[in-house]
Amino acid sequence: MDSSFIQTLLLTFKLAFLTTSILLVIGLPIARWLAYSKFRFKPLIEALVSMPMVLPPSVIGYYMLVLYSPKEAFGSFLENVLNVRLAFSFEGILIASVVFSLPFMVQPLQNGLRSLPDSLREASYTLGKSTLTTFFRVQLPNIKPSIITAIALTFAHTIGEFGVVLMVGGNMPGETRVASIAIYDEVQSLNFATANQYAIILFIISLVLLTTIYSVNKKQEAWKII
Amino acid sequence: MENHLIHIDIEKLMHTANGPMKLTVKTEIGSGELVALFGPSGAGKTTLLRILSGLTDPDKGVVKFGDTVWYDSEKKINLPSQQRNIGFMFQDYALFPNMTVEENILFAQTVKDAKAASELISIFGLNELRKRKPSKLSGGQKQRVALARALARKPQLLLLDEPLSALDAEMRVMLQDEIRHAHELLGTTTIMVSHDLNEVFRLASHVVMIENGEIKKTGKPETVFSDNTISGKVQITGQIARIERQDPINIVTVISGSNQIIKVIAFDSDLENLKLGDQVMVYTKAFNPIISKLG
Repeated sequence: MDSSFIQTLLLTFKLAFLTTSILLVIGLPIARWLAYSKFRFKPLIEALVSMPMVLPPSVIGYYMLVLYSPKEAFGSFLENVLNVRLAFSFEGILIASVVFSLPFMVQPLQNGLRSLPDSLREASYTLGKSTLTTFFRVQLPNIKPSIITAIALTFAHTIGEFGVVLMVGGNMPGETRVASIAIYDEVQSLNFATANQYAIILFIISLVLLTTIYSVNKKQEAWKII
Repeated sequence: MENHLIHIDIEKLMHTANGPMKLTVKTEIGSGELVALFGPSGAGKTTLLRILSGLTDPDKGVVKFGDTVWYDSEKKINLPSQQRNIGFMFQDYALFPNMTVEENILFAQTVKDAKAASELISIFGLNELRKRKPSKLSGGQKQRVALARALARKPQLLLLDEPLSALDAEMRVMLQDEIRHAHELLGTTTIMVSHDLNEVFRLASHVVMIENGEIKKTGKPETVFSDNTISGKVQITGQIARIERQDPINIVTVISGSNQIIKVIAFDSDLENLKLGDQVMVYTKAFNPIISKLG
């Protein structure tokens, strides 16, 4: 295995790890809000969060490129004020994959929270505990399987993404060239052996992650809440 | 014990399975009482309990605990549950599955006090179970933990939502004693939702009878459930479980409490206002009942 192969794999995992970490932080409050809010336009927000599941990745990629473009307000703000250019950079694909994997983090968490009986939350409130304490000490510890599912799904989905990264990041070694794109590239150059190495690694990782999810969820049935 | 009269004067439109129903409650509850909210299911008992705890908001009205205003729609005051210093025992007990019995009780304390927690665990006979998770407890054990947890923060008002409905008759009697014990020991004003007559008679010092969202009667259990115009020598209250026609009479089976079955002969004219499930009183006045010690 040569150094560019290792570099590409490391970059892939770095992207997946950072995407998952960022999404865990922003996904929890979104999931909590979606699980309990009675806001009238909640279905619209839910639809927006879930859009990446149904939209072609190229559509998301296209909009991200438009957003990053120095000709548009956000892009020009980044370029002129912060001196950053997101298109075809690692930061650019990181933001894009955060957007693209959002539903894979939020949905399991939201379903997990909804499956808890309301009385658990209410019992904690009547015991004088704040919503924050209740969330971290009562609600989250009781949806561990959902949290593990959300993390594993987000990680696996980020490793598996292709279209968004290609549109937003291109294929720059060490910057935006992730494993899924490398496979495409190697096949185009008829390097089937290298393509095969990447493919086997992605296959095994995805299999391990999904097996984890299913075994965790199987156990969950055994520890019924009440 | 400080005197904390609870003043309730609220209105709320409820959406029940039988269409909208207005809950209108105006009453006062004395300090240190053990009050039973009695009535058929869907009458608004649990909603009233939730309004007192701050988990449900009424449409308008006032709830005062002593001099503290908990809710006042005109002054826009609505103290959150966290600040009401109550203990609430849920119908499903709502024990935290991720914590052991001991951790559930420690979590409930406002100021961590391992000694007080140990005492509470001993009082409720939970010593053997302190390291167990709720999923490994029986219904009766869960109920005891839930009661201990509700008392752990030394509440000024204890609210029990049908605390014993899920238990069998024997366990029920045992735990009724425990609730009465806890009440005598701590003197906390306690409000309990119940539709079990036996339970109400055994525990309550005061009954608020609610039907269709309105208070029908309040007072001591004997007064609320007995018609005072009858000078009966023996009075048993119960519920009609069966009406059998055996010409020319009817045999009515009345179940009193949870275990006493009484069969009474009734003529058609007696049955005019009676139907299955009605709360009734069986009484006799012609004979002098004989009393003798059991066992």
